[in-house]
Amino acid sequence: MSSATAGRPHGRTRSTASLRHRLAERGIDVSLLMLLPALVVAIGLFVYPFSYGIGLTFQPTPATQEQWGGGVLANYLAFFKDPFVFNSVWLTMRLALPAALFNVLASVPMAFKLRKRFRGKKLLTTLLVLPITLGTVLTAQGLLIFAGRQGWLNRFLIQIGVIHDPLPLVNNYVGVFLSLVISGFPFAFLLISSYLSGIDPSIEAAAKTMGAGWGQRFRRVVLPLLAPGLATTFILTFVLAFSVFPSARLVGDASGATRVMALMAYRAFGEQTDYPMASTIALMMGVVELLVIALVLLWRSFLYKGSTGGKG
Amino acid sequence: MTITASKFQSLELRGVGRSFGGVDALVGLDLTVRAGEFIALLGPSGCGKSTALNCLAGLLPLTHGQILVDGTRVDTVAAENRDFGMVFQNYALFPHLTVERNIAFGLQMRKVPKAELKRRVAEAIALVKLEQHATKLPGQLSGGQQQRVAIARAVVMEPRLVLMDEPLSNLDAKLRLEMRTEIRRLHQSLGLTTIYVTHDQEEALSMADRLVVLREGRVQQIGTPEELHNHPANWHVADFMGYRNLVDLDVVSVDGPNVTVAGNGVTLHGTAVGAVTPGTAVRAAIRPEDLVVVSPSLPVRGGNTAKATVSVVEYHGREFAVGVTTPGGQLLHVRSDHAPAVGSTVELTADPARVLVYPLALTGAAALSDEENELLEVRR
Amino acid sequence: MATQTVVTPGVDPAPAKKVKPRDAARVPGERSLVASPTTWVVWAATAAFFVLLIGILVSVVVDSFGKSWFRGWLPESWSSSWYTSAWDRFGMTQIIGVTLGVAAAVIVVSVVVGVPAAYLLARRNFPFKRAVTLLFLLPVLMPPITYGIPLATVMYNLDLSRTLTAVILVNLVPSVPFVIMTMTPFIEQINPAIESAARMSGARMRQVFTKILFPLLVPGVLASSILVLVRTVGMFDLTFLVSGPGTDTLVVAIYRAMTAAGGGEARQLISAMAVVYTATMMVILIVALRFVSPTQLVARVRESRED
Repeated sequence: MSSATAGRPHGRTRSTASLRHRLAERGIDVSLLMLLPALVVAIGLFVYPFSYGIGLTFQPTPATQEQWGGGVLANYLAFFKDPFVFNSVWLTMRLALPAALFNVLASVPMAFKLRKRFRGKKLLTTLLVLPITLGTVLTAQGLLIFAGRQGWLNRFLIQIGVIHDPLPLVNNYVGVFLSLVISGFPFAFLLISSYLSGIDPSIEAAAKTMGAGWGQRFRRVVLPLLAPGLATTFILTFVLAFSVFPSARLVGDASGATRVMALMAYRAFGEQTDYPMASTIALMMGVVELLVIALVLLWRSFLYKGSTGGKG
Repeated sequence: MTITASKFQSLELRGVGRSFGGVDALVGLDLTVRAGEFIALLGPSGCGKSTALNCLAGLLPLTHGQILVDGTRVDTVAAENRDFGMVFQNYALFPHLTVERNIAFGLQMRKVPKAELKRRVAEAIALVKLEQHATKLPGQLSGGQQQRVAIARAVVMEPRLVLMDEPLSNLDAKLRLEMRTEIRRLHQSLGLTTIYVTHDQEEALSMADRLVVLREGRVQQIGTPEELHNHPANWHVADFMGYRNLVDLDVVSVDGPNVTVAGNGVTLHGTAVGAVTPGTAVRAAIRPEDLVVVSPSLPVRGGNTAKATVSVVEYHGREFAVGVTTPGGQLLHVRSDHAPAVGSTVELTADPARVLVYPLALTGAAALSDEENELLEVRR
Repeated sequence: MATQTVVTPGVDPAPAKKVKPRDAARVPGERSLVASPTTWVVWAATAAFFVLLIGILVSVVVDSFGKSWFRGWLPESWSSSWYTSAWDRFGMTQIIGVTLGVAAAVIVVSVVVGVPAAYLLARRNFPFKRAVTLLFLLPVLMPPITYGIPLATVMYNLDLSRTLTAVILVNLVPSVPFVIMTMTPFIEQINPAIESAARMSGARMRQVFTKILFPLLVPGVLASSILVLVRTVGMFDLTFLVSGPGTDTLVVAIYRAMTAAGGGEARQLISAMAVVYTATMMVILIVALRFVSPTQLVARVRESRED
């Protein structure tokens, strides 16, 4: 090969321009096989079942068709027309949005206060990992015992004379909300703390030397820098709260205030074995959730543009 | 000393080029390297010098041209089989291996017998004076020590060619000077053939036997340090070689290589580099060292004289670096043997042989690079 | 360059900003003795949170050791009999075995499948890379039940429901993307020049992987394995949809006991099981934290969330 091309010292000789070489230039070669197992898992266990589920939603059971009509769209008609089902969207949002918002908003001042070094910081961080070990089920069990009518919390409040009758803290909206805070808050706090630690303190110091007060520094410097982190944290805590299912059943009012979508989907799946309807509710859950995420991302990009425009 | 470079007669680069998705990063590099030579690839960031080095190493496939060692093509050989050693900019030491094992790694890959491996590693460690640190991890070493490990790791293989990619750019100024000497010493005592990439013209001039100046992927000039220092081929190279005063003027008259140029109330006698004709716009390049404030010990040379107002004076050891402004508003960097008062008017002079006059338009490369634009902006 | 500026007109350094009187009253570095109201609010909220947290934990533990605790601050007498009876009644050995076995299988498969993919995403460009990244991101962003129900339906159709295979398979759906998302930034922060350096030293691709990359990846693999372990042991939704008697993991078994028809099992039995669950998780975390520092864990999570 060298003798064949050595005669042409100059000019643009394409030395290794085989098809394989040109494909490699575009990033296609054997090493792409390393992606294959992950793709098989993603397609086989996520894409295929998901598409299959979407297909199922257009194959309503005879019972559904008979009750709601609409042919292949009977499941969707049932979803939107049956107040028992459709109300669960509102019930879910009423739980997940405030819980996620609370977790994020409460984390910000705490993360700020705990940013500095102080004694016991490590202990506090370790304690915050504790709820991970509790899990939803123990949290539910603990809430039932601790915050129940006979629990220590009510007992203590009655003892010191704040209340006369036990507060209804479990088997209702409050119970589920509390359990969402317990599982979601440490998560939000740890995320926001790490976002906050990613902001170079000298940026704030620079703002300080330019005469910005605490409030101005927070609003003009820290908040715009933290906004992407806040949005991400909100989305992730929202996803956690949105798919709440065991706690809604265990510490909530499963037939009333905490009849969330996940519960409805599971009922259709496990108790009524109406797979098409279950898939429909599950799919609508995904749609609602993606809508919320899209709105948050939109807000984030709007805020981002707004803040740079203001400075310019 | 038993570590020596395995020899070859010549390394030839023929029209070597590399493009990324249609964008040319390196175009038509022709270069013949003789054994034992120290070649520096010099240019501003993004000029293609690192691309050239990676192509040579085999880490980037070529899109054009070929590389030959003693007439045998090596550009189709995989990086691990080219038998070239490389020193990386950020050292790229294996963080989980000790100094010894970092250096031994290549020998292990070549399946060198244990006894010989031990001996060669010990020699390499002694060569870069790291005996006390042999069992430390890279994270426990200072930047300079890590760089010495990286060099030892490259030379222990007795490579045919050592490639160095800005090896000193992460070190502080004082250490950089010492390592410069150290690399040059190793190069000479081991008889290595070295290709050294840098953006520091001083570094390149002081270390290399020959320099290759690149700009936007194209070779601007190849030559010895002296040639580049005294006779830059175009004003880009001049700019890069420390000709800080670039003045745009018009040609008044041409007499062989001697030209007279004028503009903005200044008239200068200079030497043309390249073809210039009367009436065309040219750029005159003068080093600050060659443009001096007239004083009893520094008389007017070759009738070149100009007046300017002093704006900045800096002390530079034996002399003063003075910033002056011409009546036309041009800022110039000059030298003086005394400290003139700021705001006073001084007379400048320069040897016509050291006033290099270049045609403005370059052949091939038209627009300015970002970095050059930025420099021009700062100068304004 | 040893230049010393003698005169620099026009570059007059701006005068240092005057210290504000409010700050001047305080010695620098010294904190004020009286904390601000916001500090008090923050600390009070933190305290309230921990009271709730500790209250929940302690009350379950007390309940699991108590005999007949209906009124009063503490049970009337103590006993560990709930543990022994829970152990026998629910076949806890089996359940814990299933839980750990499933977790181990999920970790091994996710790492083996996920790490090569993460390497490719971190180091290479290829057509449709964005689409592939999005595909791996989706299962982590979607509520598990959204894809869990169709997936469980498929499992039923394949006659796989209530088998260990099904439990492991459904848990792979969030775990593989999770490993990819945590490992990609980890691999990105390993200097690619290190791989180049190994090749220049004569190492072949296989040797680069085994001798250089693998040892460097160990901390990252450990960190993401631990996170997968915690997620899998704690995963309720997906496991619940496909598991059955004999293949229930601990969380699912507790949930089933709590919601069993006829008012459920005795509360103390469930408390005992919940304590076993928490103890298992704590042991896992404590063992895990000996290998991986929590800050690294958080940092990795954070980075993975950013893309």
